[in-house]
Amino acid sequence: MLGPSVAAYLVLSTVLFVTGIAGVLVRRSPLIVLLALELMLNAGNLALIAFARHSGNAAGQIFALAVMVVAAAEVVVGLGLIVAMSRRKMELDVDKLSQLKG
Amino acid sequence: MILADQAGNIIVWVVWLAAAVALLGSGFAVVAFSNPFYSALALIVNLASLAVLYLLLSAEFVAAAQVLVYAGAVMVMFLFVIAYLGGRADAPWAGGKSLARTAAIIASAAILVEVVVVISKASRGTLSTSAEITSSFGSPTAIGQLFLSDYLIAFEVTSIILLIGAVGGVILGSGARRQAGAQDEGQETTEPASMTLAQPPHEAA
Repeated sequence: MLGPSVAAYLVLSTVLFVTGIAGVLVRRSPLIVLLALELMLNAGNLALIAFARHSGNAAGQIFALAVMVVAAAEVVVGLGLIVAMSRRKMELDVDKLSQLKG
Repeated sequence: MILADQAGNIIVWVVWLAAAVALLGSGFAVVAFSNPFYSALALIVNLASLAVLYLLLSAEFVAAAQVLVYAGAVMVMFLFVIAYLGGRADAPWAGGKSLARTAAIIASAAILVEVVVVISKASRGTLSTSAEITSSFGSPTAIGQLFLSDYLIAFEVTSIILLIGAVGGVILGSGARRQAGAQDEGQETTEPASMTLAQPPHEAA
């Protein structure tokens, strides 16, 4: 395998995942929380594809494509919720949105 | 031949380093910007550099899908909603609980150290040698064959998930509109749900 070994890709994906965790925990805007969630999903995808290359088995790439579909569905529902919240003139702050019933 | 191999190795390393720096830099930028518009643009850079890494891992089809689906479709939706919310989407940093923020950063640093230790232990053992692959590994043909043979059920389930997501998005949008319309006019609106995003936004608070 040319270039760095699989371990380097895994470390990269770990750092990206931790960035996403920090974003989800620290930021309070639901939009930025969704963007940080995307970071975490993509870090998982990078690890899956690195392991697929490592084992020479393309099943990991299939898994990564499935994760992409789930991420797209999650973005649709999450953005729909954010638009609905803004229509009801609620404050866009995840610390203040603590009830399911608006 | 050995020289050519070495030159190829150096090129791959350079591309990898550039993609890694862009990946981590744009990842931090996504979390750090207070304007979600810039965060979304940083995420597009992040997704593009991920696609480069996927190409280095010979996942050509996934790289193409990443650029088309993620950096194209999903991020356009993000930018559309951020533009729709306008000034309400801004997310300044001030006013958070500093104790919770410190705890969050300590927790994520702990996870980072933990996983890196595990990877460095494994890198001398099972992770040291990768399998040899043929040139068709990760090509659209190979992925398509896997999807339509071994992973057919997963393939069909993903289409159902997408359908459910689309229906959920439409219901969320139209439900909010119906309530807003009922408050404004005292009656239900009967416009199709697909029109809900096209209406002018309420004035920014």
